[in-house]
Amino acid sequence: MNAHALEGGFTDAPRAASYAFRALMSAMARPGRIETLEGGVPPAPLSVAAGTALLTLADGDTPIYLAGSADTAEMRAWLAFHTGAPLTGPSHAMFAVGRWDDLLPLDAYPIGTPEYPDRSTTLIVDHASLDGNGARLTGPGIQSSAALPLPDEEALTRNNRLFPLGLDFYFTNGTRVAALPRSTRIG
Amino acid sequence: MCCPVLTTPSPGSAKDWLMSDYNFAYLDEQTKRMIRRAILKGLAIPGYQVPFASREMPMPYGWGTGGVQVSAATLTPDDTLKVIDQGADDTTNAVSIRSFFERTAEVATTTVTSDASVIQTRHRIPEEPLSEDQILVYQVPIPEPLRFLEPRETETRKMHALEEYGLMHVKLYEDISRHGHIATSYAYPVKIEGRYVMDPSPIPKFDNPKMNMPAIQLFGAGREQRIYALPPYTDTVSLDFEDHPFDPSKAPHPCGLCGAEDSYLDEVITDDQGGRMFVCSDTDYCETRCANGHRGTELAETAA
Repeated sequence: MNAHALEGGFTDAPRAASYAFRALMSAMARPGRIETLEGGVPPAPLSVAAGTALLTLADGDTPIYLAGSADTAEMRAWLAFHTGAPLTGPSHAMFAVGRWDDLLPLDAYPIGTPEYPDRSTTLIVDHASLDGNGARLTGPGIQSSAALPLPDEEALTRNNRLFPLGLDFYFTNGTRVAALPRSTRIG
Repeated sequence: MCCPVLTTPSPGSAKDWLMSDYNFAYLDEQTKRMIRRAILKGLAIPGYQVPFASREMPMPYGWGTGGVQVSAATLTPDDTLKVIDQGADDTTNAVSIRSFFERTAEVATTTVTSDASVIQTRHRIPEEPLSEDQILVYQVPIPEPLRFLEPRETETRKMHALEEYGLMHVKLYEDISRHGHIATSYAYPVKIEGRYVMDPSPIPKFDNPKMNMPAIQLFGAGREQRIYALPPYTDTVSLDFEDHPFDPSKAPHPCGLCGAEDSYLDEVITDDQGGRMFVCSDTDYCETRCANGHRGTELAETAA
């Protein structure tokens, strides 16, 4: 195991995780709003925000799919040391991490069942563009409307139409994070 | 290492009685992660009850263990916590939960609604409107709104999946046929974003309209092992009929202490001769009004 795998975790896990979770919760409760998410330093190519999200939410109970360029030996070692989360493919992932193009196709992920719609994957889309106005968002958590640049409005609109089933998304870039839950209407 | 949680603090500095032998906010990190994941799914599916593995807490089920677990997973060291029980900051349940988090999470506490960043509540929503920066955590005894109509979890789960809520309307209709009006006065069912019927916890129906609020609302049911949530501004509609519209009723009196006519009132029996008075159930709201010079009829008499 290389040295870096042992580094980059939370320095004071209970407190750092509480701040990180507050950012993740505020983002999920207010789709489109950008929050600051930091505390963890994952190996390249993952962003600080994406790595911190994994440190906050992942453990031995949460199978993770490392998509495409995120699936490196360093990343596997780092995740194993800091979270103990098992790695899996998209069909059994509770969390999936990577660039948008690497995470596709979306229909590979579980969207929950009518009885248990919560049993669906949360995708952490790293290196997403968070600048600019982007698509108009409405729905729970949004007073009138919000805006967020989206990688594929059509695919995400289809995801919203599955409600209450569907996937939930975090878009991360650097230390910034924004969320798009399945409940958010696009356009 | 096994100090009882609710012993009186010994004299000395506050740090002496911080329970530093426990993890921050009492729960272990793996439990908090599990609760946090449930909260996030709850926010993504407003009104849906997410199952979670509720833990034993150092208080009995029914004393707010669900709310306490949700608060423990939510609190940061910078938070200011307020705890109310039926609107009051000074009842046993509120006092012990507040002191629990003072010792285990080292958070500041307050009784002033507007100063709090996290408010844990049993059966009330504060009168003062909440802001975007606040989080309201409800203690929930029975999270399933259909439970008294259908005792089987397998069936109620299917009813939610199929959006089969006819039975709930039948219950409200039976109220009307028996009493002439909808007699359900607390835990009045709401429909969230036109999809899930949800139990708002046993808040008076007077509080239902307040649920369309800018704050995040989290619901924790410890014994029943469910967490659900409402993001800010979530569309929350109290179920009713066109000819029997929802009526957020309250006792038709002003508060005896502060004279407020817009607050939810508790009836207090004052003697055994049938004497009674009505006072605000929200103690912070009432005290703030009294401090600002508002006087109700009962307070004037006491003063005179």
